[in-house]
Amino acid sequence: METSFYNTPGRFPGIFGWIFTTDHKRIGILYLISTLAFFFVGVSLGLTMRLELIRSGMHLYSAQTYNAIFTLHGVIMIFLFIIPGIPSSLGNFIMPLQIGARDVAFPKINILSWWLFIVGGAIAVTSLFTGGGPPDTGWTFYVPYSIRTGTNVSLAVFGVFLIGLSSTFTGMNFLTTIHRLRTEGMTWRRMSLFTWAIYATSWVQLLATPVIAITLLLIIIERFFGVGFFDPAKGGDPILFEHMFWIYSHPAVYIMILPAMGVVTDIIPVFARKNIFGYTAIAASSLAIAFVGYLVWGHHMFTSGMSDTARVIFSFLTFIVAVPSGIKVFNWIASLYKGSITMAAPLLYTMGFIFLFSIGGLTGLVQGALATNVHVHGTYFIVAHFHYVMFGGAAMGFFAGLHYWFPKMFGKMYEEHLAKLAWGFLFIGFNMLYFSMFVLGWEGMPRRYYDYLPKFNAPNLVSTIGSWILAMGLFIMFYNLIHSLFTGEKSGDNPWGGATLEWQTSSPPPTENFEESPVVTKGPYSYR
Amino acid sequence: MAELSHTEHRDYTGAKLGMWLFLFTEILLFGGMFLLYSIYRTVHTQEFHEAAKEMSLVLGAVNTVILLTSSMTMALSISAVKQGFRTRSLVYQAATVILGLVFLGNKFFEWRSHIQHGYYPNAPELLAMSHGKILYFGLYYVMTGIHGLHVLIGVGIICFTFILTLRGIISSADFIKLENTGLFWHLVDVIWIYLFPLFYLIT
Repeated sequence: METSFYNTPGRFPGIFGWIFTTDHKRIGILYLISTLAFFFVGVSLGLTMRLELIRSGMHLYSAQTYNAIFTLHGVIMIFLFIIPGIPSSLGNFIMPLQIGARDVAFPKINILSWWLFIVGGAIAVTSLFTGGGPPDTGWTFYVPYSIRTGTNVSLAVFGVFLIGLSSTFTGMNFLTTIHRLRTEGMTWRRMSLFTWAIYATSWVQLLATPVIAITLLLIIIERFFGVGFFDPAKGGDPILFEHMFWIYSHPAVYIMILPAMGVVTDIIPVFARKNIFGYTAIAASSLAIAFVGYLVWGHHMFTSGMSDTARVIFSFLTFIVAVPSGIKVFNWIASLYKGSITMAAPLLYTMGFIFLFSIGGLTGLVQGALATNVHVHGTYFIVAHFHYVMFGGAAMGFFAGLHYWFPKMFGKMYEEHLAKLAWGFLFIGFNMLYFSMFVLGWEGMPRRYYDYLPKFNAPNLVSTIGSWILAMGLFIMFYNLIHSLFTGEKSGDNPWGGATLEWQTSSPPPTENFEESPVVTKGPYSYR
Repeated sequence: MAELSHTEHRDYTGAKLGMWLFLFTEILLFGGMFLLYSIYRTVHTQEFHEAAKEMSLVLGAVNTVILLTSSMTMALSISAVKQGFRTRSLVYQAATVILGLVFLGNKFFEWRSHIQHGYYPNAPELLAMSHGKILYFGLYYVMTGIHGLHVLIGVGIICFTFILTLRGIISSADFIKLENTGLFWHLVDVIWIYLFPLFYLIT
């Protein structure tokens, strides 16, 4: 009986065997714990916002506090949960197994990435309590306010800078790993589509993150030295800041969604007992999304004062980038068609993903069209859109992956009924919380406002109640997973009958991943 | 290769690949600043042209020669270690460090001179000038500053490889750390090759 990687002693005793580990599986668990911890903080901030917005005229706390809360909610959710989320936890744990490797190409840089993540997160959290208090600029840090505000922007932004370094190094590490460490017989076309998704994501992490790095450094330099790049009084241009910011932050959303798409693409064949439909199209569309995603950033800036020519070009490209995502949705549906379906939790969460992501994606087209953009920009319509794609999409995909790979990572099985109950609460709560926001935004309610006109009361009430139901769902889901860690039944090596390589070793895997290096002779989804 | 040895795995090509990927990120980091430069110079072409007259062409040219020479000593240190000439490699690495420090020393004097003339961000003398001039000096300090930081980091890394070479950890059997350091140093040099004409030669 193999000892699992939990039991094999690290170079150092106890907790240090984890904090100084170079084992990609342990690093994946470290990221899992830390990103989920930040997720809970972000959820709490979100619930607090919804309390303030439960009715017009509510005065739970000051407007200044509200501004700080939505800023922190955005910074934590985006930089500390969703962007690292799937790649650093599931990607780290599962991808090397899926390509039959012993570890990633640079294990020491892998743990360095985690340390940078933790230190960056700690610095960002420290900014809450020191100096002028938590930033109130929104996670987008637009100038001139981010330069002039007395709140602790520099510290928070420096924390994000370090987190960005973490992301860049992870991208570099995974790219080298996938190019160099695939086992014998693992051709590119025999890789799982989750690994393809991680590959495409890693390119975006590598090439986009440095631009936010320099943008954040320039904010700090501007605050300390008043250089003037974005200050019209000194000849600077504030719109240039928006360009530099969104040149990263748009590709960033593809860092968020591509891995989730990879997760569901791996899940569907297993629970439909059928080969994926359109393997090449799905792999190619991941690369296409990554590439075209670099070209559309201006759609965040349609009302900023850019030229009409620029706006038309960005709008056109935004419509183009929706196409590869659409290709994936059709391929997923076709993969399920005439399959032998087992509706276990991973597939249920996958179905939730497909439905919610589709709504989010389609409403993105409403925003991508110039005429309608003017109507919805800066309203709750936008807030609803990105929560549908990032939460209903990326996070739901993350939850699907957590359930799917739970037995692989922990050797135990979660409780299926609780997982489905949690899903019900999540699905209902989510739609109440965020569909109301489409209505509110269309009716004209602006975003990032701590109060609103009484005519918006009803949908806001529905939304806040939805947030409680959603929170209940999250509680049940995580209670199930954490409780099952301790009391769950042993899952066996391959409870789902998966054909990808990670399932051909024990659950949890031994430190070396495989007793003998696997030799691959067929594709990842061959079931018949 | 289907090999699972329990010794540390050595992948020369992989290590090179990883380094080149990292260098792309550095190019993008500086690229953001070059983007700012290109836009502001297009808007204020004449003012940039005149502001550049404040630069000391001599000091800039000397620094360029210094950095190019240091790239040469860096490359020589690598070929020395590949052929097993440890002492020669150490000498070339030390020479690279010294040249890097001289570069930084020159930059210090250059900056000090400009600051004494009142050409620094938010200085009253500078703010009284045209927008183009303010932006030119802003870009000068930020770009040469971040570049200088990279020179300093490079110097630190070469001090580290010096010790590794001394101890025989970097040797003709395994010199990838020195090669990758050389790649980093060459990138730092290449960035200066762009900075020099853009700030000193546009008069």
